[in-house]
Amino acid sequence: MKDAKSQAKNAPPGRQGGLNAEIQARIGHQLRAMYDDVVRQGVPDRFAELIRKLDGQTAAHQISDEGESGPSGDGGSNNQENGRD
Amino acid sequence: MPLTDALRDDILAAVPSLRAFAISLSGNGDRADDLVQETLLRALANIDSFQPGSNLPAWLFTILRNLFRSDYRKRRREVEDAEGNYAKTLKTQPSQGAHLEFEEFRAALDKLPQDQREALILVGASGFSYEDAATICGCAVGTIKSRVNRARSKLAALLYVDGAEDFGPDETVRAVIGGNG
Repeated sequence: MKDAKSQAKNAPPGRQGGLNAEIQARIGHQLRAMYDDVVRQGVPDRFAELIRKLDGQTAAHQISDEGESGPSGDGGSNNQENGRD
Repeated sequence: MPLTDALRDDILAAVPSLRAFAISLSGNGDRADDLVQETLLRALANIDSFQPGSNLPAWLFTILRNLFRSDYRKRRREVEDAEGNYAKTLKTQPSQGAHLEFEEFRAALDKLPQDQREALILVGASGFSYEDAATICGCAVGTIKSRVNRARSKLAALLYVDGAEDFGPDETVRAVIGGNG
């Protein structure tokens, strides 16, 4: 059994049928490296500005259009609501 | 709920991961930022439908994911230079070996079916639970699990079995594997 184990370790990755733990660790690492590189770029100015601007508009909108029904965009919030409870 | 200062700050705080998600999905930096912008517009326009106390990042990711899918259906893949564009969005230029490896990885990721790719990114990179990822994708938890598993096997096959010969310098591969283990 000990032999089989060390043999498996030396076998070419991916040749053992099941998912090789090393390969999976590596895929996870690459995926996060790709992702985190973008996360580390922080918030570009254009988005900070956009939110500031919209924030002002939303406040104004809520005051002036109090009676109107909410925005009709589908906004993608359906999944969220269905998923709760 | 109304847009409070705290909520606005939380939305802003989610922008970096929304961008990372958008870039990972689309492989294109410019398009990703458009997606994020559209997501923020929708989120603020529909802020009343956000349930206080529920998971704000998951809500925002749901919006982005749905936008991406409807956009994707509309224009299919007109952007074939995705990899090149993506590389431009990187702040730090990786070393040549690492860069090659990165391109390989990106190309393999793009070969996954969309369902599998988004599931893998949400769970493996964004750090969402299977439950949250299922909420975001509007499917069952078991479906997310199997998509993530299939995505992982497929990436392993693409990167380490089929593509083994053209995968690049073996030393790099071994160095990274050795470094991890």
